[in-house]
Amino acid sequence: MNTTTTTATLALSGVTKRFPTGTTALTGVDLSVDAGEFVSVVGPSGCGKSTLLRLASGLDEATEGSVDVDAGTTSYVFQDPTLLEWRSARKNVELIGELSGLSKEQRRRAAQEALDLVGLTGFEKQHPRQLSGGMRMRVSIARALVAEPDLALFDEPFGALDEITRLAMQTELQRLFRLKGFAGLFITHSVAEAVYLSTRVVVMSGRPGRIVAEIPVPWEFPRPPELRFESDFAHLVGQVSAALEEHA
Amino acid sequence: MSTDLTVEASTAPGVQAGIEETTAPAEAPPTRRTSPVLRTLLAKVAPMFAAIAGLAALWYAVTYLVLGEDKRFLLPPPHQVFGETLGRPEIMQPMLAALWQSVMVALAGLVISVVIGMAWAMVMAQTRLLEKVLYPYAVILQTVPILALTPLIGIWMGYGIAARIVVCVIIAVFPMIANTLFGLQSATAPAHDLFTLNRASRLQRLLKLQLPAAMPAIFTGLRNAAGLSVIGVIVGDFYFQQGSPGIGGLLRVYTLRLSMEPLFLAIILTALFGVVVFSAFAALDRAVIGKWYGER
Repeated sequence: MNTTTTTATLALSGVTKRFPTGTTALTGVDLSVDAGEFVSVVGPSGCGKSTLLRLASGLDEATEGSVDVDAGTTSYVFQDPTLLEWRSARKNVELIGELSGLSKEQRRRAAQEALDLVGLTGFEKQHPRQLSGGMRMRVSIARALVAEPDLALFDEPFGALDEITRLAMQTELQRLFRLKGFAGLFITHSVAEAVYLSTRVVVMSGRPGRIVAEIPVPWEFPRPPELRFESDFAHLVGQVSAALEEHA
Repeated sequence: MSTDLTVEASTAPGVQAGIEETTAPAEAPPTRRTSPVLRTLLAKVAPMFAAIAGLAALWYAVTYLVLGEDKRFLLPPPHQVFGETLGRPEIMQPMLAALWQSVMVALAGLVISVVIGMAWAMVMAQTRLLEKVLYPYAVILQTVPILALTPLIGIWMGYGIAARIVVCVIIAVFPMIANTLFGLQSATAPAHDLFTLNRASRLQRLLKLQLPAAMPAIFTGLRNAAGLSVIGVIVGDFYFQQGSPGIGGLLRVYTLRLSMEPLFLAIILTALFGVVVFSAFAALDRAVIGKWYGER
């Protein structure tokens, strides 16, 4: 992963990813996420959305093309909360500070702030098994935000949640995005979720994944939950869905 | 609405009961209530006592119903075993001293097995190559019959306590290696990704991810190794008899003399020792791991 001076927080140029098995997951992907942008990626299953995120995070390397990140800190929210069962909620959030060598006092204060931010005040000492699915995901988001990231990557974090919790988490994430001002790249299967959360929705084709449409979302933040029931919103969701179906 | 309420009130069971109480005060028979603590305790120990009673019944049945009078010395009944040993200091003192000796050897062997087993597994968990190179030796240690090694151990280590500890270690180390390795490799790929993204060092990954994730498996290994260390010490006592004897050494002596009552008591004490060690680690497991993962 190169770090260059570019206006984009994240820039992928001509990225192709081929696995040793011969499978091509992505081909010729050009994508940029600027500071203050929240970009969602939708596409059919197996089109390489998660691979795209792994390349952006540096967990994997592109076979061709370049991935440039201009961010002090990048954080990653996994599909599963990926909490360490033997640690309390606070200790899970503190982990990031432990790994980067922060003092005990610093990391405890930062963890407490992050947990307060995601509405988990009073649940600091609970272990993951004592928390609901939504609360576990909140801990995971607190862990991602504790490092004050410039770029936050989300790999379908709400996919396993029930509908009510999912809608609540979307509102929560929107609030955190406005509050913290990180650039966001969000992978999801839900077109409505993508439209509600994002400043721009990127549509990918079936494997090998390539970007087939980029649709800007016009509404300012904060977006009220009722926006989901308005005709303009439904129209935009329909537009994204049509692009998806056309290139599936 | 009010009519409905009146009807409901007049037919409600509670009201009827109240009327009965005022006209004819019921003298409920006093019920005997067992306290919850006692009930829990009973639920836990009752099956154990039932099993002991069943075993004793089987023992008596074999002694009196299967064996003829001339063969009864082969399996003396429980009351005879305890009656002819427990009250006799000339039998009990050396037996308890030998048991203590064996406990010490088994614990020493167990501690060494835990240290070697965990270190071995931690080294193997670093790379696939190291695992491929080192794992076969662990398997060999497990598969070579210990009786084939005892002459060699005697020649190298002498025939005293050190040799007994070595036998213990050889028998008990494999479950520690296998379980620790399995546990260290059980951390999920996303958890590893989390550590990679945060530039964790190899040591941080081992101490903060792999080892805690391995704890349930390590405790399983500990329980198995504890049981095997008891077997190891009996085998070691049996073959290496220099120095103060262990319980395995006494088993051999009793067998040669056909002293059946002490022999059976020694076997019972050895089994109890195994059960105690196993239970201690099971309790430790529940206390430590249960907090993280719920009841086990």
